[in-house]
Amino acid sequence: MSDDSNKGISRRAALKLLGAVPLTGALHWTPDAFSRATQMLQQDDAEAPDTKRKFFSAHEDATVRILVDLIIPRDDRSGSATEARVPEFMDYMLAEASERNRVEMHGGLAWLDTECRKRFSSDFVKSTDTQRKQVLDDISWPARARPELSHGVQFFNSFRDLTASGFFSSQMGWKDVRYIGNVFNPNWNGCPPEALRQLGVSYDS
Amino acid sequence: MSQIPQRPEFDVCIVGSGAGGGMAAYALTKAGANVVMLEAGPEWYSTRDSKMLVPAYASPRRGAGSREKPFGEFDGCIGGWDIEGEPYTTAPGTKFDWWRARMLGGRTNHWGRISLRFGPDDFRGKSIDGLGDDWPIGYDDIKPYYDQVDRLIGIFGSNEGLRNAPDGIFQPAPRPRCYELMIKEACDNLKITCIPGRLSILTRPLNGRMACHYCGQCGRGCQTNSNFSSPGVLIKPALDTGKLTLVTGAMAREVTLDKNGIATGVTYLRKSDGTEQHVRARVVVLAASAFESARIMLNSKSSLFPHGLANSSGIVGKYITDTTGAGLNGFIPKMVSRVPHNEDGSGGNHIYMPWWMDNKKLDFPRGYHIEVGGGFDPPSYGFMGGIQRYPGAGGYGKSLKDDYRRYFGASVGFAGRGEMIPSDDCYCELDPKVVDKFGIPVLRFHWKWSDHEYNQAKHMQETFRSIVHEMGGEVFSPMPTKEDGYGLASGGSIIHELGATRMGNDPSKSVLNRNCQAHDVKNLFVADGGPFVSQADKNPTWTILALAWRTSDYITQQRKGGAL
Repeated sequence: MSDDSNKGISRRAALKLLGAVPLTGALHWTPDAFSRATQMLQQDDAEAPDTKRKFFSAHEDATVRILVDLIIPRDDRSGSATEARVPEFMDYMLAEASERNRVEMHGGLAWLDTECRKRFSSDFVKSTDTQRKQVLDDISWPARARPELSHGVQFFNSFRDLTASGFFSSQMGWKDVRYIGNVFNPNWNGCPPEALRQLGVSYDS
Repeated sequence: MSQIPQRPEFDVCIVGSGAGGGMAAYALTKAGANVVMLEAGPEWYSTRDSKMLVPAYASPRRGAGSREKPFGEFDGCIGGWDIEGEPYTTAPGTKFDWWRARMLGGRTNHWGRISLRFGPDDFRGKSIDGLGDDWPIGYDDIKPYYDQVDRLIGIFGSNEGLRNAPDGIFQPAPRPRCYELMIKEACDNLKITCIPGRLSILTRPLNGRMACHYCGQCGRGCQTNSNFSSPGVLIKPALDTGKLTLVTGAMAREVTLDKNGIATGVTYLRKSDGTEQHVRARVVVLAASAFESARIMLNSKSSLFPHGLANSSGIVGKYITDTTGAGLNGFIPKMVSRVPHNEDGSGGNHIYMPWWMDNKKLDFPRGYHIEVGGGFDPPSYGFMGGIQRYPGAGGYGKSLKDDYRRYFGASVGFAGRGEMIPSDDCYCELDPKVVDKFGIPVLRFHWKWSDHEYNQAKHMQETFRSIVHEMGGEVFSPMPTKEDGYGLASGGSIIHELGATRMGNDPSKSVLNRNCQAHDVKNLFVADGGPFVSQADKNPTWTILALAWRTSDYITQQRKGGAL
């Protein structure tokens, strides 16, 4: 699928650098080599995930693509869930999930269609954006949801969690929440002054 | 069994390559012994095989766990509570899960590197409160070995002069993270002792190993060998002596005996071709993990030992323990929308709370320590699950996206790790019907917590809540009730298996003597967590290492004197 084959090479090179060092050679690694490898690793996205659907049906996939972008839309800081390939991530994970989780997902999506048909005589995909949001407004706030919608609430809680997992664990997500760790960083020396000030703590006491 | 005379005989055969086996291999080869080591799993070196710096998005699984990697796909340990083809059973009514690591280095590839010495009281619990049993040795017997382990392997920490959390030979501890400073402040207000963590991670170069580079991923194995795991720190130097023969893929089944009751070697299944093999040795050291070593002994039946090798006492498999555990997360409003920064530090907590109270004034007899976590972890599978629990959070769309940003890294976590009392209710034995895929009879576990442990877990929960509240925070989960066991983790889940071949001076009440030598078989030793007479409110690895080194020195002396 990939249009990022160039980046793929650098990633492979980095993996090779990190992976092919003989046991005794590790002692001769320089901080530079590590920093370079780390940067390369973080520059590129995953091995191109297999986009051939294994779990969702075509109809489910269409539903999921609309739903994840309602949950995490594009905004001024980052792209949408579909742009971060969340549906592909979900399909990959669910294909190997437990029977229980698989049934939960199939059944939850079916529940959503049923609810839309009851209200609007059309399934989720064929409903209008306003209609879809009416349903989501009713199931996405557990504390104030009507008891008869408890199955929808349960499904949406799990679906929202999985959407967030997929989005924020992507490269786009790491940048979005400004996560800057998991790197070779030999000069780490505690928190920077502005972070300390914000919490009202210091190293002096 | 039939012997082929021309096969080589080793001075020592060690079963297992974790903390105990690795330490024994190091000490014995350095002392000149010709050693063979059997390991059930494959070779694995963190310097070569670790996924230390791989970002979550480099995998379509985004770091999610699996059957053989329950702690996440990048985790350094191959193993788990559920291993294909290697079942175990539990007695009716028992909930117990048995963790096995199946790889070179065993579970030294899986741990928080929290490296705490047992204190003087921890060896004489019965003398203090009448429960359990005293050890046949005391702190002074093992202190020189703790010192040697500190110097050889390296540990950071601080000398505090606490009576039952002994000082060591420490490298400087890294600075606390800023949320750890907040926790420390809250603990000071609550009069809870809170000091720098004690982790076997190098903050200065040591013995040819680089200092930590603060990627925060010790659990994946360290590519620069800057923390402790057995393969890079113990087995590699042992191999370099030229005295160690390492056999991986070797599933030990039984220790063989001659007609005089002297161990002659170990029979194992070679996984590559399924054949039975035997290795001859003048001394056998079991270090396969406390319960696996007991299993090997129970399966080593002969006319001399119909109930299992060196089991004339009937104590093999008895008095098994795990560390008690309870945990809690707190949301800290002050930490909302924090200044982004690299908060990784070394893997694990830079502060911890050693047991700070007097049990005489409490309704449970033994203590616990507290480990902390929190802040900015690499976003991976499971990222911020349950967002709807945060104040005002939920829904969908742009406002939800902002909720994730605002609340990322705004939580702290506490884990209590305490001492359970060994009891007659907790033991393992051979299941009379079930074998594993190698045809080896498996263990059946019996387990029952007592109020000693439940009341301790209740105290943990209350303490964690008081710290969170002192930080101005909020706990999303309700206080667990008595019916929930106060949130006490089930047996085996903390993965600190100890006991089953305990030491003692009385051969009718113990398996091993004060040198971890079997009372019944003079050339059989145990060098894992099996010899422990009791837990402590400390993680056991540092004591396994010190004890294994002490046992190895004893073997060396006995060999020199001609007794072995």
